[in-house]
Amino acid sequence: MASKPRIKLPKSAAAGEVITIKTLISHTMESGQRKDKEGNPIPRQIINTFTCEFEGAKVFECELDPAISANPYFEFNAKVEESGTFKFTWVDDDGSVYETEQDITVS
Amino acid sequence: MQMTRRQMLAYSAATAGMAAVGFSIGPAMAAVEETEKAIAEFAGGATPETGRITLTAPEIAENGNTVPISVEVDSAMSGDDLVESVTILAEGNPNPEVCTFHFTEMSGSAAATTRMRLAQTQNVIALAKMKDGSVFMDKKLVKVTIGGCGG
Amino acid sequence: MTIRMKNRGALIATAACVAMAVMAGAVQAEPVDDSLTIDGEPITVRASAPEGLPFDENLSGWLYRSAETRQLETDTFENPGMLAVERGEEIWNTVDGTAGKSCASCHNDAAETMKGVGASYPKWDADSARPINVELQINKCREENMGAEAYKFDAPEQKELTAFIKHQSLGMPVKLDLDQGDLQEWWERGKDLYYLRTGQLNLACASCHEKNNGNFIRADHLSQGQVNGFPTYRLKTGLTSVHNRFKGCIRDTRAVIPTPFSDDLMALETYVTWRGTNLAVETPAVRQ
Repeated sequence: MASKPRIKLPKSAAAGEVITIKTLISHTMESGQRKDKEGNPIPRQIINTFTCEFEGAKVFECELDPAISANPYFEFNAKVEESGTFKFTWVDDDGSVYETEQDITVS
Repeated sequence: MQMTRRQMLAYSAATAGMAAVGFSIGPAMAAVEETEKAIAEFAGGATPETGRITLTAPEIAENGNTVPISVEVDSAMSGDDLVESVTILAEGNPNPEVCTFHFTEMSGSAAATTRMRLAQTQNVIALAKMKDGSVFMDKKLVKVTIGGCGG
Repeated sequence: MTIRMKNRGALIATAACVAMAVMAGAVQAEPVDDSLTIDGEPITVRASAPEGLPFDENLSGWLYRSAETRQLETDTFENPGMLAVERGEEIWNTVDGTAGKSCASCHNDAAETMKGVGASYPKWDADSARPINVELQINKCREENMGAEAYKFDAPEQKELTAFIKHQSLGMPVKLDLDQGDLQEWWERGKDLYYLRTGQLNLACASCHEKNNGNFIRADHLSQGQVNGFPTYRLKTGLTSVHNRFKGCIRDTRAVIPTPFSDDLMALETYVTWRGTNLAVETPAVRQ
């Protein structure tokens, strides 16, 4: 259903800098509103939560509803004070969890 | 401006043309009530004020499947001047909820961009809840074009 | 404006004004005056048309899209079609079939070996004595060299691998070599089809994309119908192959829907690709 998520953030930043993070994940975001060829409703299956953490502390979170487009895209900011690792998590309605991490060097 | 007979005819023709191709004009009223309910729930007793929050959305969306929207709230994002969450609602969709962003001091700024689905022309509403419980609101009408063939 | 009318009349007038506001977009029907860069690299969206076309200038469909849609193509990160290109790269490197080979086993680094492919297909295929496009070339390779089954039309893998291969030519000008085999004859056949009115609506490709590009059909801004960005990420349908698009277009004329990769559509792909000569490969383009 979903493949390797894509993350874009700078490799390095100055202490206290507010950086921009972009994320994109492949997902159909089946809304539950559609019907198949036989006219039966297609059950909802979406990414329902996206979280960005830095060294265990929450930076940004989004609760998604079926009105979010397929291949959910998010752009948001983070204030970085020290070098560390960002962790990104997407939770699927079916219980699957997709995770990825990316380091940043802060000087 | 006084409408001439010719302009009036042109306008009527435009309306008729739109009706003929099933073009829906204006928000569907059915979900407005639901939206009001969702606003009240998010506001938790506070009365939404205007200002501080800016919702950016296209005036005309070329396809309702993927409509880029951005929100930004004017806030220092530290101490007591903190945006806790922003919710997006769409009053002409089958359900008004679109998404809810949660921010922290580490967000640096209360800004986010995503892409949403719009079933038809309608108002998109963004609400921000501050740490002190106050709520700010912005609203944009997005017209959704119903395509012919997309060529 | 001051319009004195009873409630119902006022309502209609308001609705009409809303409609007119939408139609106001139609007044500015010309393609936009904008230039495309992808990750900062300039991409040619206006090019001199090849001799024999009634246009002076070939215009990318990108110029006919809204600011928001155009924006999506300017950044390979934000372009949802790039998810498919990434999956295509995985397929390129994955062994499949009885010969135990992947695409990469023979073709190594696609960035080198596939560069230019997206700008020069369809080519002439002497074995089948027909034009061959990237999708069919992949199938030929799978069957003859990999011992794998041909992909069915529009299988996700077919679209993703095609998008990955064509993306290696991003920014390169489209140029077909019509001197190969009988390609010129197929080009003629494609040209006949382009101008042939079909379907209950009695429309030829040319009716919309040659005579009326820049005008609106319902709420859609008609483009020249160029194929330099296929497979294209459509906001409506996701990654979309060129033969799928041909099918959709012809269906909309209410004609019999043609078969993908049929002789007619291979001829049409050859001719329509040629019409886009000098435009840059944009795969995966983003359209509405």
